[in-house]
Amino acid sequence: MPIIKQKDYKTWKKFDRKRDLQNWLCWFLGTLIFSFCFGLISSKTIWFYVFDSHNEALDLLGRMFPPETNYFFTLIKPIWDTLNIATIGTTIGTLIAIPLAFLSANNTTPSKKFLRPLALFCIVSSRSINSVIWALLLVAVVGPGVLAGIIAIGLRSIGFCGKLLYEAIEEIDENQIEAIEATGANKAQIMTFGIVPQILPAFTSISIYRWDINIREATVVGLVGAGGIGIELDAQIGDLAWAKVSVILLAIVVAVVFSEWITAKIRRCII
Amino acid sequence: MNDKKVIWKRKPLIKNRLLRIGLILLISTYLLSVFLTTEIDWQRILEGIPRGKNFIFAFFPPDFITRSDEILAGIFESLWMTIVATIVGILISIPVSLGAAKNIAPKFVYFLSRGVITLSRSFQEVILAIFFVKLMGFGPFAGMVTLSLSTIGFFAKLLSEDIEDINKSQAEAIKSTGSSWFQWVNYGVQPQVMPRFIGLSLYRFDINFRESAVIGIVGGGGIGSTLNTAFDRYEFETAAAVLIVIISIVMIVEYTSSHLRKLIK
Repeated sequence: MPIIKQKDYKTWKKFDRKRDLQNWLCWFLGTLIFSFCFGLISSKTIWFYVFDSHNEALDLLGRMFPPETNYFFTLIKPIWDTLNIATIGTTIGTLIAIPLAFLSANNTTPSKKFLRPLALFCIVSSRSINSVIWALLLVAVVGPGVLAGIIAIGLRSIGFCGKLLYEAIEEIDENQIEAIEATGANKAQIMTFGIVPQILPAFTSISIYRWDINIREATVVGLVGAGGIGIELDAQIGDLAWAKVSVILLAIVVAVVFSEWITAKIRRCII
Repeated sequence: MNDKKVIWKRKPLIKNRLLRIGLILLISTYLLSVFLTTEIDWQRILEGIPRGKNFIFAFFPPDFITRSDEILAGIFESLWMTIVATIVGILISIPVSLGAAKNIAPKFVYFLSRGVITLSRSFQEVILAIFFVKLMGFGPFAGMVTLSLSTIGFFAKLLSEDIEDINKSQAEAIKSTGSSWFQWVNYGVQPQVMPRFIGLSLYRFDINFRESAVIGIVGGGGIGSTLNTAFDRYEFETAAAVLIVIISIVMIVEYTSSHLRKLIK
């Protein structure tokens, strides 16, 4: 922190000259990259539509209000389906994630050379394909409906839960394992009495967190035909029935806020 | 001691017996009701298995060459979108996260900012994208707006939690020098949350790139449009190539971002 002498007084600056210059250069480069990228996007944009979008938005809002409240009662079944997709999907995902996490954690994997990279690959590929794309593939295989949504959400959850879980396994306390080992426990006993109790809190909070995310994801898998409220949304947007669309959007907000409230409650109970 | 053998049993997870049984009952009734209310068409699934096999075999071998221009263009478009959206989203998130921190903002601003965050978090990117594509027309601009808005919910929520956890005495020290509000935020709060800020930005960049692959399906530009076009043309070999490209780029981005995050720590 240099002190700069002016003619008749001293003043203070946060960084010296070199650091200032570096900071300035970073900002300059950042702005340059940003403008370059924005330029490329803008060259592909029809600005007339963008500048007109507020009129369009007002028009849309006008069509959305007042919402058709009666329509809500037909939504109860899709909302129930959405909740099920999220819940069962999360359960399946976490159940498959457990063995994968044990295979890919450095300290529990049976073979570092072969099984660990394989398990890691499964985790990464499940993470990098979005649940909508999974749903798109699965609708073709098992047909449109709730089942495709459940499997899609499950497949997507494997990567997320697996990654967080194997990181939790790698951070366990080795002393406790050694203590169990010293009693003459076999591998399975070490697992159940040494490792599982240590990762159980992490496991519960990961699965609850994923469930919360999955409620949101389950609202969109229906857009490609995989069940839940997304099917209704797609149908009503297709019909241009905006007064019904606004009811659906409200229902989604309520479902998400509800799930957030529940997860907060459960987390407080456990931790 | 008498001859009775002493057997140790593991303590049950939930101590209260009534609660334990109640939970098991609750879960089983839920599962039963799910099973009864979901219609699963086994006929269709049996039919679907050979169809699915054909479908999956149609993906092989992945064809990178025929549409290589489109794939490259899609990826670069996704990349531009991600960069711009992450920056714009973070710039908007900073004031929102300050507003959503209990220790900084007055009550009114706090509830307003929390409302913004909840709203942005409730809608999945794809739903937002549908509306922005409708409002602003097809192309990467709508995708960029979508990604920026959904960045707010994620970024502002996590950053505001970090701001709430700051060391109060440091911030107070700055205040006691007679700083203005901006100086206080800049010298008292910002240096404390900076590591998390950088970590979150990298993480969000990673997420935004992944999401850019799906919002293209509803018309938001980027690699998702390429994927969607490939599906529409029944060119599954090209679709497989696109999926492989997405997976490998996400892997690269993830590894670099996790390495960078470790470096910063």
